[in-house]
Amino acid sequence: MKRDPTLPILIAVSIILLAIGPILPRWAMFLINVSLCYGIVVLGMMLLMRTGVVSFGHGLYYCLGAYAAGTLDQVYKISDMAVMLIAAMIATAVVSAALGLLLRKYRDIFFAMLSLAFSMILYGLLVKTSALGSSDGFNIAATKLAGITVAGTPVERYARYALTVGFAFLAGAFMHKYLNSHMGRLALAIRDNELRVEYMGASVRNVIHVNYVISAVMAGIGGALAAIAVGHIDPEMAYWTTSGEFVFVGILSGTGNILAPFLGAFIFETIRSFAYEYSPNTWQMALGITMLVVIMFLPGGLWSLFTRGRKAA
Amino acid sequence: MGQLLAVVIDGLNYSSWLFIIAVGLTLIYGVMKILNIAHGSLYALGAYSAASLGGYWIKHGYPPMGSYAVMLLAAILVGLIAGPLIERGLLRFMYGKDEIVLVLVTYAVFLILEDFVKLAWGVDPYFIAEPYGLLGNFTVGRLTYPNYNLVVFGAAVFIGAVLAWVLARTRQGKMLLAVIHDREMSAAMGINVGRVYFITFTVGAMLGALGGALTAPMISVQPGIGAETIVLAFAVVVIGGLGSLPGAALAALLVGIVRSAAVHYRPELDLFSIYLVMAVVLIMRPKGLFSAQEARKI
Repeated sequence: MKRDPTLPILIAVSIILLAIGPILPRWAMFLINVSLCYGIVVLGMMLLMRTGVVSFGHGLYYCLGAYAAGTLDQVYKISDMAVMLIAAMIATAVVSAALGLLLRKYRDIFFAMLSLAFSMILYGLLVKTSALGSSDGFNIAATKLAGITVAGTPVERYARYALTVGFAFLAGAFMHKYLNSHMGRLALAIRDNELRVEYMGASVRNVIHVNYVISAVMAGIGGALAAIAVGHIDPEMAYWTTSGEFVFVGILSGTGNILAPFLGAFIFETIRSFAYEYSPNTWQMALGITMLVVIMFLPGGLWSLFTRGRKAA
Repeated sequence: MGQLLAVVIDGLNYSSWLFIIAVGLTLIYGVMKILNIAHGSLYALGAYSAASLGGYWIKHGYPPMGSYAVMLLAAILVGLIAGPLIERGLLRFMYGKDEIVLVLVTYAVFLILEDFVKLAWGVDPYFIAEPYGLLGNFTVGRLTYPNYNLVVFGAAVFIGAVLAWVLARTRQGKMLLAVIHDREMSAAMGINVGRVYFITFTVGAMLGALGGALTAPMISVQPGIGAETIVLAFAVVVIGGLGSLPGAALAALLVGIVRSAAVHYRPELDLFSIYLVMAVVLIMRPKGLFSAQEARKI
């Protein structure tokens, strides 16, 4: 049996990204930073998709993570990135654990629609909360990293970038371990045949619940990192089109490997930034056509291009 | 008392609008099991076509009353062109795929049409307010409403009644019900299922475009109206039970009244209230208010 090269690749890419960071032009650094944030969210989506459920409301946790981080800065004047991330993780874990109690009973389109309703509830609340900037959102300044002030120093950008790379690595490594664990393998079994999994003595609802919480926390981390990187947040992060984009990138990437979401997110963000620059009114059209092509000809996503011809491990 | 009356009237206005945008969606889902996100784009296309055709009509000094007919025509044209194009050109290759995959396919169509609208009409808003004020006003107590609201209400009742009549009383309607009940069996009995799908989708598309055309005089027609509307239509359809006509009517009424009460008493809960209703209904009745029991399949 061939050794699985995923983990070595993940480590190598993370080290390379950290090493080339200082010499990257600003735009490339930002692009990589934002795609990695996105990739972490899609990594969580991938876990749900492997479990056979699709959330059309993951913008909820993306937004919640970002607002948890932002509120710390805005209201409590705590602007340490490490604290912000911890707050984002706690907030998303608590909310998803509670909502998961309901969602675990739902499947297919009902799971998608109920999660969409929850995310639109947050959107509806934030749009009307003037203390948090209503529909304009607000700027956030993450000035410290674990107690050390980085704002205004030459390493300010690099610190944010390195933080994202670090978290992307941790998220990827964790997910890789998790997918190969007992729980992780149950996910695919549930997607194939839920009833058989029940007959064999595993609780489908528990697995869905746990995976939902994990994917929500990942979305929260991605949201908080994106908020730190961009420096601005608004309720649009919880709007259904944001969640639709996550599903889109998930389908585009495929669920075969933890590297797929990062690759898919990078391609997506690259297309988006260039399309915004050169043809702002046709980029959604390009996305739509790409999506149709992927659904029709590459049901396994872009990742299946790499595994074609050989048996998936 | 006056405020309560205002809540009811505003609620009814909003409910009629909700019903019109949701009825095509629930029809398509009921027959084809496709939750059609592109319905939002058809709504936008209808609104834009109505705004530009109606605007053209009024600008050239034709009798303003004719603008209603022109706007209706615009909606029918959009339905007749876009509906068959989407169904024949794309969806028919997708039948039999997973429901979630079908949602994504229509999401892709939605993205494509969003940009099509921007390419065809630009990103500046369109206004066609004339038909809104043309019919005069009616007063209830101390409140004045444009009669156009009655047109929307009438349209909602008319559409609902016609659909109910077609489904219950005509041969085509019974064939449709047979297809909803069991697609394979009805095909075996000689019903042309492909044609039923084709007609259903076209009619659904037309209803979506009609919703847009009716709304155009009340709003500024601009990019993003499709995304805003489809998610409301989702809420209504899911609350009512996917594919149920009476469900959509009841859900539209419920959501309309709740939202209007929220707007009058607690304006900050405006959008929130709608999705709260959706979440609560889904929690109490996972498949919506009106839904058929399904046998568990292994």
